[in-house]
Amino acid sequence: MAHPGVLDAPAAPAPLPTIPLSELAPFALFGSLLALVLLYFVGAEQGAVSLVAGSNVHEFVHDARHLLGFPCH
Amino acid sequence: MVRTLLIRGMLVGVAAAVLAFVVAKVFGESQVGLAIAFEAAHEAPGAPAEPEVVSRTVQSTIGLFTGLLAFGVAVGGLFSLAYAVAQGRLGALRARTTAGLVALAGFAGMYLLPSLKYPANPPAVGNPDTIADRTSLYFAAMLIALAVVAGGFVAARRLAPRFGSWDAALLALAGGLVVIGLAYYALPAADETPEGFPADVLWRFRVDSLAIQATLWATVGLLFGALTERANRPAPVRAPGATPVSTLVGEAPTAPGGSPVATGA
Ligand SMILES: [Zn+2]
Repeated sequence: MAHPGVLDAPAAPAPLPTIPLSELAPFALFGSLLALVLLYFVGAEQGAVSLVAGSNVHEFVHDARHLLGFPCH
Repeated sequence: MVRTLLIRGMLVGVAAAVLAFVVAKVFGESQVGLAIAFEAAHEAPGAPAEPEVVSRTVQSTIGLFTGLLAFGVAVGGLFSLAYAVAQGRLGALRARTTAGLVALAGFAGMYLLPSLKYPANPPAVGNPDTIADRTSLYFAAMLIALAVVAGGFVAARRLAPRFGSWDAALLALAGGLVVIGLAYYALPAADETPEGFPADVLWRFRVDSLAIQATLWATVGLLFGALTERANRPAPVRAPGATPVSTLVGEAPTAPGGSPVATGA
């Protein structure tokens, strides 16, 4: 047993490791972009702004848009 | 590590969307139906019926589920990124406590606080001509609330060495509420409920909306916390022939919860 002090450690769990922000940045960019696109289609497409012609997207997610609290019509 | 967290967050978002769908279907849809009935009864007489692009059946089932699913995955992904920033930076908290706090903050910033100024509205409530303004205002309120919540965490961290973590958290909370209050005082009010719209339907619709969002965020926070704790647990010591205990223990400080995290999604 070369590390007697360490054997006591399980009683008090080690603090969680922090993740360096530089390691986080690429995932944050990718993940946020993906999330914003999804939020846009659920929350705003063919309401205030419209990328896809018509109203199919709006009408399809209509109930979710209302019930999640986004302005709809 | 971040990749694992991101994937875990999005999967947890799928599970959260399923539970949110159950709440929406059992409670929310009946109020949507009542609101649409009011709308139909109060249309200008003789006005041509609007063509139904997507049927009510589709809207209230697969459409509702798809919308909730997209929202759940987006929330789960954003949540996991916020968790990755928060982990180890909010004092000596366990993974599940950190996840719970981050979910509470996300729920407040993305739904609860914005909805206090611009509450959820059923069909028939809201003037179609003002949809652009209402959408911008709603997203503005959301951005302000999220910024205040994130700023609150940063402020609490800065104040903690001087005031202790409890008082620092209370000070940050109080400061955040003052900023939100001032911003909401400045933003225009939303006031478009049509004459005669049943108040009970409006109230129940808003409570149901709150229940759906609360279900979604609670599932994301609690399930993500539980899965992360399970993945962080040191691998069980195996029978004879496995790595000696002393080696495992000796490695612990250099990589606390290191490799097991990378394997469990
Ligand atoms: Zn609508």
